[in-house]
Amino acid sequence: MTDRCEGGMEDLWNIAVLLLQVWLSVMIGLIMIPAMFGFSLGVTSVYIQILVKILEWATLRIQRGHREQPTLPVPAPLPNGLIQREGGSMEQEMGELRRYRTQSISRGEFALSDSFYFYRKGLESIIDDQVTQRFSSEELVSWNLLTRTNHNFHYISLRLTVIWGLGVVVRYSVLFPLRITLAIIGLSWLVIGTTLVGFLPKHRVTSWLSELVHLMCYRICARGLSATIQYHNKENKPQKGGICVANHTSPIDIVILANDGCYAMVGQSHGGLMGVIQRSMVRSCPHVWFERSEMRDRHAVTSRLRAHVAAKTNLPILIFPEGTCINNTSVMMFKKGSFEIGGTIYPVAIKYDPRFGDAFWNSAKYNMVSYLLRMMTSWAIVVNVWYLPPMNIQEGEDAVEFANRVKSAIAHKGGLLDMAWDGSLKRYKVKEEFKEQQQKMYSSMVVGMKGRKPDTSHTGLQDTQILE
Amino acid sequence: MGSRASTLLREEEIEEIKKETGFSHSQITRLYSRFTSLDKGENGTLSREDFQRIPELAINPLGDRIINAFFPEGEDQVNFRGFMRTLAHFRPIEDNEKNKDAAASEPLNSRTNKLLFAFRLYDLDRDDKISRDELLQVLRMMVGVNISDDQLGSIADRTIQEADQNGDNSISFNEFIKVLEKVDVEQKMSIRFLH
Repeated sequence: MTDRCEGGMEDLWNIAVLLLQVWLSVMIGLIMIPAMFGFSLGVTSVYIQILVKILEWATLRIQRGHREQPTLPVPAPLPNGLIQREGGSMEQEMGELRRYRTQSISRGEFALSDSFYFYRKGLESIIDDQVTQRFSSEELVSWNLLTRTNHNFHYISLRLTVIWGLGVVVRYSVLFPLRITLAIIGLSWLVIGTTLVGFLPKHRVTSWLSELVHLMCYRICARGLSATIQYHNKENKPQKGGICVANHTSPIDIVILANDGCYAMVGQSHGGLMGVIQRSMVRSCPHVWFERSEMRDRHAVTSRLRAHVAAKTNLPILIFPEGTCINNTSVMMFKKGSFEIGGTIYPVAIKYDPRFGDAFWNSAKYNMVSYLLRMMTSWAIVVNVWYLPPMNIQEGEDAVEFANRVKSAIAHKGGLLDMAWDGSLKRYKVKEEFKEQQQKMYSSMVVGMKGRKPDTSHTGLQDTQILE
Repeated sequence: MGSRASTLLREEEIEEIKKETGFSHSQITRLYSRFTSLDKGENGTLSREDFQRIPELAINPLGDRIINAFFPEGEDQVNFRGFMRTLAHFRPIEDNEKNKDAAASEPLNSRTNKLLFAFRLYDLDRDDKISRDELLQVLRMMVGVNISDDQLGSIADRTIQEADQNGDNSISFNEFIKVLEKVDVEQKMSIRFLH
């Protein structure tokens, strides 16, 4: 009896080992080797096409379902917001409000109706403001069969539910283990590879090898997320000795950009696993890691980056001037620090397709681990990267104006909204000075406009220029 | 952040709010979505901090007065009904035509009620009169530190002189209406929904 059991156990063990071997050889043969050398077997594109067809069918089915059940009107998200924002500048509005009085606005004075302007602006921002919505995931036009984006779903049809169920099974039991394995292999390869290259003497071949190691690892990681990346305008790719700036949506941005070129990373030194990765990366080529204490000293940071850029053979630095993750519908204020270093700026616009997976990392809501798990159980990551022509600071332009110029270019190319608000509003309160600016502007209307500079810029509560 | 929008708001509630405020069904569901996204504590009510988290409101000189308008006397939390009741003041007046089953009594967004809302923003102690002191306080909020006490005082005096008709050195609601009778309140105190 026990003999048979043991025999059975052995068989089971053999089968398990065999499966593992098959699994590994499939992985290495079909995924890793093409990944390392940068060509694709086309499996991912077929997958994406099938996915698109399924999602389109799902959209039509949901729309049909809504038409058949008019008692449950589910409002679709509005791309332009809930309300119509009216009015011109504060001056214009005040002028209109005071029209019934005989004095003109240039003579000043106060009218009881002046407060109406502030009330309306205040109520408008309560109903729909431009800032708080940037810190939560973009609402999809139609459900993409992921539970996490399910906002207003009511049961529509059996077929839809079955497809959704199948999707869950496929994503969690087939795609997820595959992706985790790839991610682990990719990261371990990065650590091992860079450490090995670090032992070699400084030579042109060594730097080429180091770039190869980095590229391979990032490519494997990208496969680990089923990422389909489309690069545009490759002729504008960042060159050595330059600074690459991009809009920030998630930590995956680094993997996305590093798939097509090598960059010197800038960031805080961490402990633990991140620290191990950081230290081994530095062994093969210079990255710029700062201690927490150094980060507070702006001058120290700027001078180190300046030194890096000055050495023309160093890889281009990769910086995200927003300073925090935004939800990929807009570009928020660029911190001027990166634009004071000098050197040529290579702007890059990154736009994710939200149908396949929500790439935005809401760091207030999810930690890094749960974020990565969500990424690995999405359908895929489909992203467009545009390389913009290099920009330099111009005569008479200061760092802030330059930053805004670059920001507008990126927002325009990526189809994102260009916003003057600071991304740090995710965590911190808005500064008192902006309220004081409003008060000052209004005061000049009360005391009369004698001796005031002509107000040519578009001013009003909505378009306050927010300077750092 | 979309969320449990329609599922937590019952149909009967939507109907009641519709009757009371005149908002349409889809406007109410969308505003409920907005309400829940502002409600960080997720307890079905908004506190003053929830409002102050909106940057555009935080930099509004009269932001605190506006926030105060949402909270009934002495209370610190406002529920969705209260939220909608206050927002209803800013519905455009012509929208009332579309909603024939509005309340028999005067709708919340009539010209008089809009002016009453504005009046209450000046009347800090809710005694139905705008005193010189209250007017000064609100003026101070609007101009910050840029105008001297004396100058502000004379502006307040002039305003009260202009409006006051019964000589009690304060502005009553009727006097308020009289002063503003030529102002296009319907347009300036209305917010258009895009649907």
